[in-house]
Amino acid sequence: MNPETSYLDQSEEVRARFERINQRETILEVRGLGKRYRSAQGEVEALSGIDFSVRRREFVCVIGPSGCGKSTLIRILAGLDHHTSGEALLDGSRIKGPGQDRGMVFQGYSLFPWLTVKKNVMFGPQMNGRGRDEAEHDAMMWLDLVGLERFADAYPHQLSGGMRQRVAIARALVNQPRILLMDEPFGALDAQTRAKMQTHLIDIWRNIDITVLFITHDLDEAIYLADRILVLKAHPGEVQEIIEVPVPRPRSPEQFNSPEFRATKARLEQLIHPAPEPESEDEQRVKPHLIRFTDVHDNVE
Amino acid sequence: MKPIANNEASKRTLLAVGSFLLPLLVWCLVSYVPFIWHPKVEVTVPGGIDYFQAGMLVDQTQFADETDYAREQGLALPSGVPANPIYLPAPHQVAQAFYTGFAKQPVQKDAPWLHESLWHSIQIIFWGFVLSSIVGVPLGILAGTYASLGRLTEPFVEYFRYLPAPAFGALAVAILGIYDGPKIAIIVIGTLFQQVLIVANTTRKLEATIIEAARTLGTRGFRLLTRVVVPGILPDLYRDQRILLGWAWTYLIVAELIGTSSGITWYITQQARYQHFDNVYAAIMIIGIIGFGTDLILARLGRRLFPWDRSQDRR
Repeated sequence: MNPETSYLDQSEEVRARFERINQRETILEVRGLGKRYRSAQGEVEALSGIDFSVRRREFVCVIGPSGCGKSTLIRILAGLDHHTSGEALLDGSRIKGPGQDRGMVFQGYSLFPWLTVKKNVMFGPQMNGRGRDEAEHDAMMWLDLVGLERFADAYPHQLSGGMRQRVAIARALVNQPRILLMDEPFGALDAQTRAKMQTHLIDIWRNIDITVLFITHDLDEAIYLADRILVLKAHPGEVQEIIEVPVPRPRSPEQFNSPEFRATKARLEQLIHPAPEPESEDEQRVKPHLIRFTDVHDNVE
Repeated sequence: MKPIANNEASKRTLLAVGSFLLPLLVWCLVSYVPFIWHPKVEVTVPGGIDYFQAGMLVDQTQFADETDYAREQGLALPSGVPANPIYLPAPHQVAQAFYTGFAKQPVQKDAPWLHESLWHSIQIIFWGFVLSSIVGVPLGILAGTYASLGRLTEPFVEYFRYLPAPAFGALAVAILGIYDGPKIAIIVIGTLFQQVLIVANTTRKLEATIIEAARTLGTRGFRLLTRVVVPGILPDLYRDQRILLGWAWTYLIVAELIGTSSGITWYITQQARYQHFDNVYAAIMIIGIIGFGTDLILARLGRRLFPWDRSQDRR
């Protein structure tokens, strides 16, 4: 590893790619977005002065420590929460409530358990006034894309976690949204399935006209997937830095050890897990007092 | 199914049957083993005691006293066998009562047959439960979905729930007459208020993510209720209704005492009056059999109706 490599160094190829991205039109524009709410502990500022924009077919990851409001941000963009200041524009028009121009994939299992896989995917088109046959045709097409056409008549509880999230992706994409919002969609999956899903998601993204805003707390995942990473900090949730990922595309798991990848990860770690502060008195007080319950000679280490 | 699961299932059935056989065994022991309990003596030969009659039940001490008396006076000795009090008939007597209840004309003239009484009771329960559900289920779903509607209705419902339904008996008779009207009303009053609260609670327990997912897919307003909330809670709602139906049965006896006594309750009180306790037990048991039987059928039906809901599998 070359210790001189910085996450800011971009190869010729990568720089050219970012130039191309920056020439594309803006899909999502967030200006001075903030959210305050009242809680039992008084006024809380969940988000403050968030500024960023996402270009068409860009893959943007949002990362930050817990409590930085990354979920609140994506919920506001989905129209499920209200912001209290600033504005969020999709294709130049203000986001008010949920709409079919934004698809959302949740962390938890959000499939409708009473509908089969196919009917789950048909749900969106039918809600938006499409005919049954048309909806079914589209649903089968998208199920084919996520590789689950064989499971069209299964119920969600019969599928594995990874398969359920694939259905959730198909269900969001069938509405042909402008942007796909993903709130830690692979957070509940085991490491192996998660890696497979990441590769699968990149494949989908590469093949269709879709822009992705992806929330995660996994640094590797963010670097592996994203063009740019929006790093938030907590209390209040603010943008700390927007990192252009210098890892060239097409991405593959072998790049996890490349100098660009490591440099980016080091930077993210620095931002998200700063040097530990001395422990507060409260934390010292809750330190467990360990008593030896086994024979003194019975050592495990 | 795997053989292990099969074994599990048959073992479970066996235990379930056992849970019924155990109380039956205790009943048999108390009834048929003469030295267990049997506080009475059934007189077989009255002997010299003038007020004894064959078939009469007397206390053991009384029988002993009278036997001593007969011996002292040189009268013919009475004889008898240990017996249980009249209010504890033996299993075979109750089984016989079951049979005669359905197969033979009742002993008293113009008394209803057991099945006629039962059918009347079932109709009361049915209408009470249907009327309660027509109001209670939609109101509960709405109160559970819209927080402000819930806050507007639930405190009062919560209060009303504590008013014992039978307390409204006299009022119900004054308003609805003496026949089936007030009885149905009591069942409605007893069920409805619990129903609203339980259904509202079930509705609130629906995963918020599911509703949010539906909203991001373009579902709005009333369709959120009909296409997402209702199907989402349906299996739990079904289970609630099963429990509430059992609840309605418990109000039946009180309800039937209001106005002109009718149905299975009238049958039971009438039979008890003539000391036909075998019939009383038969009638009480058949209520249990019908209630429990309907629930078993509904549980099985639930598994068929809601194939996606795995919690229907456990009872």
